[in-house]
Amino acid sequence: MNKFLKAAVAATALLASSAVASAADLKACFVYIGPVGDFGWTYQHDQGRKDVEAHFGDRVETAFLENIPEGPDSERAIERFAREGCGIIFTTSFGYMNPTLKVAKKYPDVKFEHATGYKTADNVATYNSRFHEGRYIIGQIAAKMSKTGTAGYIASFPIPEVVAGINAFLYGAQSINPDFKVKVVWVNTWFDPGKEADAAKALIDQGADIITQHTDSTAPLQVAQERGVHGFGQASDMVKFAPDAQYTAIIDNWGPYYIHRIQEVLDGNWESAQTWEGLATGHVVMAPYTNLPDDVVEMAKETEAKIAGGWEPFTGPLMKQDGTEVVGEGDALDPGAILGMNWYIKGVDDKLPE
Amino acid sequence: MFEAILLTVITAATPLLIAAIGELVVERSGVLNLGVEGMMIMGAVVGFGVAHHTGSGFLAVIAAILAGMLMSALFGVFVVYLATNQVATGLALTILGLGVSGMIGESFIGIPGMRLPELYIPGLTELPFIGPVLFSHDGVVYAGFALVFLTSYVLFRTRMGLILRAVGDNHTSAHALGYSVLKIRFLAVLFGGACAGLAGGYMSLAYTPQWVENMIAGRGWIALALVVFASWLPWRVVAGAYLFGAVTVLTFHAQAIGVTIPSQFLSSLPYLATVVVLVIISSNRRLTLVNTPACLGKTFIPDR
Repeated sequence: MNKFLKAAVAATALLASSAVASAADLKACFVYIGPVGDFGWTYQHDQGRKDVEAHFGDRVETAFLENIPEGPDSERAIERFAREGCGIIFTTSFGYMNPTLKVAKKYPDVKFEHATGYKTADNVATYNSRFHEGRYIIGQIAAKMSKTGTAGYIASFPIPEVVAGINAFLYGAQSINPDFKVKVVWVNTWFDPGKEADAAKALIDQGADIITQHTDSTAPLQVAQERGVHGFGQASDMVKFAPDAQYTAIIDNWGPYYIHRIQEVLDGNWESAQTWEGLATGHVVMAPYTNLPDDVVEMAKETEAKIAGGWEPFTGPLMKQDGTEVVGEGDALDPGAILGMNWYIKGVDDKLPE
Repeated sequence: MFEAILLTVITAATPLLIAAIGELVVERSGVLNLGVEGMMIMGAVVGFGVAHHTGSGFLAVIAAILAGMLMSALFGVFVVYLATNQVATGLALTILGLGVSGMIGESFIGIPGMRLPELYIPGLTELPFIGPVLFSHDGVVYAGFALVFLTSYVLFRTRMGLILRAVGDNHTSAHALGYSVLKIRFLAVLFGGACAGLAGGYMSLAYTPQWVENMIAGRGWIALALVVFASWLPWRVVAGAYLFGAVTVLTFHAQAIGVTIPSQFLSSLPYLATVVVLVIISSNRRLTLVNTPACLGKTFIPDR
């Protein structure tokens, strides 16, 4: 037993020393909420990490921890990275916000980047993408293509980002067809292919002929494909799963941001910031438009160009569900209101869970 | 509409039903295997991989079953022959399965899978209503019901079943009578693994034909709970699995129709329903005790 212990200690020491002796200029580390194989949120972050490796080669070493639950576990994971000599740590889920700040306080020389949060510090930046821009476009496509005038929306949790997505989708649809309906089903999970598929089936049985989702698996699109209705990919281009059903997908493209920020650390001019970019900078990308007639593709591309040119999809007159006006004709909703959206726009056929 | 709901319920209930019936036999022999989730995910990944490489649904199902059995054999060697702690070993099996499946499945991510073909029974499948609801499923759905029937029959109507239950209720006596407790338990564990593998294969071949990490999403744990829910009686497992599946699917329909009940409440409804039924069942204490395997979770070390 004693011998075994000694061997174990020796092995650990060896591992630790090898970590220190790496030749890279910087170690960039990533903490993930899900498995890298979810083909959704975490998968896309990991693609970004791979972009970093491809771009910097030997100059930057990367590491990641997957399946880290939000809360105390994440604090340990983040701290481990900070201790191991990571120069910059990306924490990629909303619930890592406070743990990230706590660890950042103890390690002032390490840079931290927290995705989708709102709290910053001298060495903690936040970053997120303007996904609602993509949702507006797919809403327009849905209204153009739907025969029943009803779309089904599979939602995860009633947080502002998801609510803003539903609103943007319907707002886009209403710009084409003011009577467009969206049926919302909350599955209360980010990732459960079976449940997502069941929800999609229920929505289709209730008359929706367009399915869209704010959950992470490809299951709803697969159901759409089988049932002969249509839908949109989420986070990744999912066209392989629904060659006849996917119109387009809203792709999270983190690579350019990660490369940019790591370059800043290498150059020594990294500063804390709150980044929130969309189609204009390529942080949000629309997958190729498929299964659509030419005029609809043209319309979608026009809207895409308009948004990339700086137009805000949430431009008034915008009304809440009860009819009170939020912003008037021609005014844009301010970013704070979009990031904190906890109300439905007029026309949503659902009561927001509280 | 009713027909559509029923079809969805059947797909939702089938993996729970199959995994739970396997675990029921394991627990009847006195072993508690908490590794159902891990065995299911291995069945899912191996089934998907074989379907992807050979294009044969039949081979894929067989491979899924074998994968589950292989996992359970590992568990069996530790728990039955090396007398390790069942709870800890079962949990380890789940963690192992989740990790290994992620590794095996790395190259399958982003590849659409194949769906098991639906059986076509001439004359029956064309019947209105009954045809689509009862006679137009893939083979695994029918296999599930066949398993329940067989398990129920073997457990309570055959000598083999009597011996298995004796081992689970009082391993010392069974041993004294000359039965090989360890061998019987090991075989039961293998059966449980085969069922879990089949249930996992159903997930990646029929329910949602694709591979993504962690796609079982807790169904293994629900199957474990269903065994207790069913108070170790096979036909009650059917009732439990279908109740759970039906409540889940109905809450989605309720939301889509526009029933304004908080979705968090609706999501917890299947679990609440399970708890309520559990309370009702366990209020009859005598009946519960009669069916609970008395040696459940206890290790047996033969005194030879």
